[in-house]
Amino acid sequence: MIRDITIGQYYPAKSMIHRLDPRVKLVCTLLYLVSLFMFRSISGYLIATLFLAAVIRISRVPFSFIVRGLKPIVMLLMITVLFNLFLTRNGEVLFHAWIFTVTEGGLVTAVYMAVRLIYLIIGSSLMTFTTTPNELTDGIEALLHPLNKIHVPVHEVAMMMSIALRFIPILLEETDKIMKAQIARGADFESGNIIQRAKSMIPLLVPLFVSAFRRANDLAMAMEARCYRGGEGRTKMKPLRYKYRDYAAYIVMIAYVVLVVAVGRMLPLHVWIF
Amino acid sequence: MSIKLEHLNYIYSQGTAYEKRALNDVCLEIPHGEFVGIIGHTGSGKSTLIQHLNGLLRASSGELYYNGENIYREGYDMRKLRNEVGLVFQYPEHQLFEIDVLTDVCFGPKNQGLSPEESRERALEALRLVGLKEKYYQSSPFELSGGQKRRTAIAGVLAMRPKVLVLDEPTAGLDPKGRDDILDQIAYLHEKSDMTVILVSHSMEDIARYADRLIVMNKGAVMYNDEPKKVFEHYRELEEVGLAAPQVTYIMHDLVKRGMSVRTDVTTVAEAADEIMRTLVHHCTNS
Repeated sequence: MIRDITIGQYYPAKSMIHRLDPRVKLVCTLLYLVSLFMFRSISGYLIATLFLAAVIRISRVPFSFIVRGLKPIVMLLMITVLFNLFLTRNGEVLFHAWIFTVTEGGLVTAVYMAVRLIYLIIGSSLMTFTTTPNELTDGIEALLHPLNKIHVPVHEVAMMMSIALRFIPILLEETDKIMKAQIARGADFESGNIIQRAKSMIPLLVPLFVSAFRRANDLAMAMEARCYRGGEGRTKMKPLRYKYRDYAAYIVMIAYVVLVVAVGRMLPLHVWIF
Repeated sequence: MSIKLEHLNYIYSQGTAYEKRALNDVCLEIPHGEFVGIIGHTGSGKSTLIQHLNGLLRASSGELYYNGENIYREGYDMRKLRNEVGLVFQYPEHQLFEIDVLTDVCFGPKNQGLSPEESRERALEALRLVGLKEKYYQSSPFELSGGQKRRTAIAGVLAMRPKVLVLDEPTAGLDPKGRDDILDQIAYLHEKSDMTVILVSHSMEDIARYADRLIVMNKGAVMYNDEPKKVFEHYRELEEVGLAAPQVTYIMHDLVKRGMSVRTDVTTVAEAADEIMRTLVHHCTNS
């Protein structure tokens, strides 16, 4: 049910990608996402595909697991493809019926847009699959550190993020427990029209909110008892440190970006699919 | 009116990296009207097991029969099963949600399709059974103390008049008095009606005092399934899996070691006291 959503989940495995510094993964993911919009030719897509496939391979995250993460965006994907397909008027008309017109340019844009979106999702979920939420917030905190100078409370924001992330599985588990308890009392969460269904959520939502507030209270108390006062003067138990493999990863990433931009832009290889 | 489990297996998150075997070939039979205790170390599969009894979890393989009917059969009426097998979860007070105690207890009977008057009647009866004072019936469940909340939540299940009552550590986090009150109440209910009671607990003392039969779970499998005093004979094996026999068992074994000829299969403090007295009297009259 709720467990089927793999987007944003961590997939434990032992791989080169898992061991990389979170800062490297964050920067590289960002670069990859930007790079997807930096080329227009099929050779660019080819390189981006090969690169992504190689990273998936090295990361040892099963392909089926990644595909499952795409399910929630299927609707979005369909809408994008349809809009691009029918609303782009460009080039030769391939198909015309009533108000629908498909042009060569529209078809190409639709396919390319879909591929870009899918790669966008796979690329960013690959980062969360291989990085624990804690590492991720550590990385973000380190990367945003310079903003401290202009009085952005970077540490506090990062702390809030890591608490929020940490609470997701806890609240999911809590939801599951309360749901089961109410089902055991004869509650029905599945049938009925929209209003009945919304009403049937009350026995789930009230206890969930109560428990969330209770947990937040307990956590605040526990943090205070350990003398937590925010980020000022705070040191880390495991400070992030770049290793050779991290520099190597940066070099590979830069090489990829240069290649994909050069090939995708300079080579006039506009080989359309037909 | 019996529950029968045949080669039940349950695996969490099957087919992912988080795969975990929670139940391993469990075969059990719980006849009608019995008071059964289930005990086991944390993570031994007790909670997973009881969630199968009313169909909240579906076994990965194996069969479960309720009154001789396979509940995994196509078209089996799960709602009816859940009406008859009442499940009180751990910390049941976390499921309270209504504006007052009485309305919350009515939730179960109302879902069974009873009229408001009937639901109210059953709720009042259940609240009386768990011994909650009448002055609390109209207060918000969130204002009550921990023990009162627990009683309210248990009443919420009792109001459905289940034929089988399953309780998952109903006394966790309560003080000794609250614990005894609730367990005595359950034992009283069991005696008065012909309800089957399945009690999951960590406390050997509690189980020894109330249960007709004791099931010991270890690593997802049934380790012992016998009368409590027979199970406690294996107190060394129990220790190996992180459990222990009631303290009187140890005392009796120590006494035997020091040359007193007491029986070692007593399970409660009262029984132990009687047995020691009997031996002493016997000893004195003989010498």
